[in-house]
Parts: sequence; C-alpha cells; structure tokens
Amino acid sequence: MNKTQTVIKVGIADVNLVKKPENIRTSGLGSCVGVVVYDAKAGLAGLAHILLPDSSMARQKDINIYKYADTALPYLIDSLIKKGASPDRLKAKMAGGAQMFQFSSQSNMMRIGPRNIEAVRGILHEYHIPVVAHDVGGNAGRTIEFDTNMNKLKIRKINEKEFLI
Amino acid sequence: MEITKLTTIQKDVLKEIGNIGAGNAATSMSELLNKKIDMQVPTVNVVDFDEMMDMIGGHEQVITALFFRIQGEAPGTVYFILSIEEAKNLVEEITNQNGCGLLGEEFDEMAVSALQEAGNILTSSYLSALSDFTNLNMQPSIPYLSIDMAGAILTAGLVELSQVTDYAIIINTRINYLDSKDGIQGNFFFIPDPHSFQKIYQSLGLHNHE
Repeated sequence: MNKTQTVIKVGIADVNLVKKPENIRTSGLGSCVGVVVYDAKAGLAGLAHILLPDSSMARQKDINIYKYADTALPYLIDSLIKKGASPDRLKAKMAGGAQMFQFSSQSNMMRIGPRNIEAVRGILHEYHIPVVAHDVGGNAGRTIEFDTNMNKLKIRKINEKEFLI
Repeated sequence: MEITKLTTIQKDVLKEIGNIGAGNAATSMSELLNKKIDMQVPTVNVVDFDEMMDMIGGHEQVITALFFRIQGEAPGTVYFILSIEEAKNLVEEITNQNGCGLLGEEFDEMAVSALQEAGNILTSSYLSALSDFTNLNMQPSIPYLSIDMAGAILTAGLVELSQVTDYAIIINTRINYLDSKDGIQGNFFFIPDPHSFQKIYQSLGLHNHE
C-alpha cells in the first residue's frame, strides 16, 4: 500500500478516539489492558490503555480517569456516543493483561494483569458491549493497532509473527 | 508530598544515593569480570510513565531487565536494564562461551541463569551500599528476569506508584565496561515507592521537605 496510513498513538493510562480511515495504536502492553470499543457502521473507534483495575485503589486526590478500568471505559464509551456512535452497535476487542514476571507470591499487586482483564470484562458487560475478540493473559508484552477499515486488531509480540483478531 | 517538585538538595540526596549504590555495584561487576568498570554521574528525573519508557528507547524497545522488589523500611523497585546485545556480552564474559541465546528458539537456560546471578550480585551490592548509607533496612527479592518490550516490563514496577501519582522519580545510573569489542552498559533504575522518599530524606537528616 502506497497511501500513508495515519496512526493515532495512545500512551500509558491514556484514551483516544479515531474516525475511519485512521488507525489507532498503543505499544508495550504488559499487565496493562488495551481495549478497543468501536462502531463499525459509524466508522468510529476508541482505544483505552488501562493500567489499573479500579479507581478505589487510588490514593491521590485528583485521579487520572484514563488510568483505571472503571473510569476510563465509561469515558471512552460516552465519548464515542457523543461523536455519533450508537450504543447498540458498540463492540469491543481487547488485548494485554499479561504477567510479565513469574512471581512466586500471589499478592494482589502481582496479579494485576488478570485483575485488569476481569475489571474490563465486568464494565463492558455492564454496558452490554460484547467482547468479539481478545488475546489476553500469557507472559509476553504486546503492541496493538486497530485497523478501522477492516475492524481488526493487529497484535505484535516479540517472539511471534504479527496476527489479526 | 508532591513528588513532582524536588528541591535542589533533595535531588542531590537522591543523586548521591544513586552514586553510592552504583559505585558499589560497579566494584562488584569489576570483581566478577575481572575488568575495569566505569560509571557515569547519576541522573534524577521526574518523568511521567511515557517519558520513562522513552529514557530507554521507547515502549517497544526490546530489553533485558532484572526486576527486584525491595522490602524493608524504604520499599521500592529496582531494575537492572541491558540491551539484548549487552546482556549477551555480559553472559559471554561470565561463562567464557560464545553465542548464547536469549530470544525465541535459541533461548538458553544457562545464559538466563548467569544473567540472573550477575544481576543478583550487582543489585545486592547496590542496595547494601544504600542501606549502609541511609541506615534503612532494605532487602531485595529474588531476581525476576524478563526479556520483552520496555513498556510491558517497566509498567510491572509501577503498580504501587501509579495508585498515588502519575509521575515516577527515577534515579538512573549507568555502568560501563568498554574494554570488550561491543561493551556492556547497564542501567540501574531505582524507583522508590512514594512514601519511601520521606524515609530516605529523614534518615539523612533532611527534615524541611514538606
């Protein structure tokens, strides 16, 4: 393809939206979860790079709402609807939630990947948004890019070939 | 305490900590390899999480990292970070064997074990110097090794910190061994937990930091 593809980047604990034909991408997901919520018909997609499961863990006054699953996802969904997405058409794809180090202790802090996955699933369920594809868990970092033309999520890991979900 | 604002003296104290720790680690590395090791003046940076990844080449940069959780009076996280090439060189220096594999199919248990042991020695000497200097009890966990994207590895050490703030104070020291053809440069990232700063400052007689 010779056309230049615009790719919008999402940082750590960050949320961004794109409109077709722009792609949206986030790099180096470890225990973090990357969630794409999209309305294929409206050509709208948003990506949240979630660091922690629950804002009740916060011990700071002004929380960064993009950081927690329970605050970032409602913001992402509201923003998509404000831009013209239909709540009934929203679908989600998610990736990440790996356990980067094989800790022997099973403390909550060390289980952050699985907890992020559970939290994201719970909130999407509350909003009746189906998770149509996912690649979660494991112990490898991921870079993900959502293609708004195909509505596919491209996943890259260091020891594997790129694949689409 | 607002961690994004450091006074000059606070910054100097943290630099000195990096200096003492890495100085001791460099000595250990020198003994381990029987070679001359240099170290650079430490830097102390207040960075957001994205900037932290940029310090070592970006979110997707594949790195070799040994992760240690510090328990004790001033808890925190220490990373000893090498590039893949540097990690290979280090293993080759230690084992006197060429062509060790750290990635994918050529992954070599012996190489990993050597790397963990080297990391263990270096980090223990880093921390024991710190502990002696501050008179605070600090004990490293066993080393956890990961070879993957920087973003994926470093966020694992941010879990505690990120519940309190969106910034990390990173005390970074590089140690170099440039005699070999390719050289080895290791980065120590010391990321104290938020409430550990107060402990560190107090232990060194700095009280007016509220």
